[in-house]
Amino acid sequence: MTLNVQVVSAAKEVWSGEASMVVARTAEGELGILTGHEPVLAVLSAGEVRIGTGENAVRSGRVDDLVVTVDGGFLSVEHDTVLVVAERVSVSQGADATGSRA
Amino acid sequence: MAGQMREYRSKIKSTKSMQKIFNAMELIATSRIARARAAVAASTPYSRALTRAVSAVATFTDAEHPLLTERPRSRRAAVLVVTSDRGMAGAYSASAIKEAERLIARLQQDGTEPLLFVAGRKGEAYYRFRGREMQDTWTGGSESPDFETADDIGLTLVDAFLDGADGGEGRGQRAGDGDRLSDYVGPSVDEIHVVYTRFVSMITQDPTVLRLLPLEVVEGVEPPSGEELLPLYDFEPDVETVLDELLPSYISARIFNALLQSAASEHAARQRAMKSAGDNADDLIREYTRLSNQARQAEITQEISEIVSGADSLAG
Repeated sequence: MTLNVQVVSAAKEVWSGEASMVVARTAEGELGILTGHEPVLAVLSAGEVRIGTGENAVRSGRVDDLVVTVDGGFLSVEHDTVLVVAERVSVSQGADATGSRA
Repeated sequence: MAGQMREYRSKIKSTKSMQKIFNAMELIATSRIARARAAVAASTPYSRALTRAVSAVATFTDAEHPLLTERPRSRRAAVLVVTSDRGMAGAYSASAIKEAERLIARLQQDGTEPLLFVAGRKGEAYYRFRGREMQDTWTGGSESPDFETADDIGLTLVDAFLDGADGGEGRGQRAGDGDRLSDYVGPSVDEIHVVYTRFVSMITQDPTVLRLLPLEVVEGVEPPSGEELLPLYDFEPDVETVLDELLPSYISARIFNALLQSAASEHAARQRAMKSAGDNADDLIREYTRLSNQARQAEITQEISEIVSGADSLAG
């Protein structure tokens, strides 16, 4: 079971792919998402969204395969599909050749 | 006689050099259409995500939000007209303005005072020449609009709209800092309309009126079928905050989309206008060449008859 993650900015789709865990900072604090999470619509605060793509990201707790910086926006989760939407998104770490189309 | 020929020749020359300009502009426009269409396509995931989220919030809550409520009496309406910065695009700007004028007439008939917001130099020049008051203008980016401009337009309009909430002239009410979104200081509005040119295909572009606020139907959402219902979202921190955050972004995204579509339409219109201008130049050159040949022939004929009659008179 994996999460389908899509990171979208105003101008384009920044990254999409599969991941095992997503950690984002919402207005109320850090929010970690694994598969089977209940549907959520959360307002993000400016900062990093960390996406773990590897199998062991969950076990080791090190979720930093892909780190994107957002300027706000929101995050929605439904049926194991995670959507990170912000006006401006920049990939700050770990975008591999397949993912980064910046 | 020789003068006539020279005249035609200089006309041919100038038409040829203009034709070169038309051809170059046609090529540039053609290459930019593809880029503009790609920009429209690239911005689609964002607006789709926002639309889906907004409709999810709107469907599953009965949240009373100033941006969602219809005002009992509509006193003023903002009309955003999207035109081009440069000419040479056929009737592109003119038809957008015509559509806007129709909308303005309709609003006035309903007793609503229209307030103009204009994007693009052509529209600005049109209204300035006629001495019509504009609340705000944005120029310089009609050919490749950036999100900053769209965001600026969006926040200005949302501000103007929020000012009119509760029938008062109060300040914008965004949760959190409660700050103004923009530096808009004009009168408040109760409706927001956008007039832009929808890009249908390379040969069809439609001047379209879109009512942005208050939101009536959130379009683009697939009707939830039996199994595929929108999930019951958990809102974090709460519904109001999510809506406050989403709606201005949604408006900006819609305006960005309108700007991008207008840009694609502008390039398409320019390409078509330049194509027909080039074709007309072709026709003119052909016509002038024929006339110049005729003049040359007439000159020769006259010379011959002059020589012949001169010789005749000498021989006689």
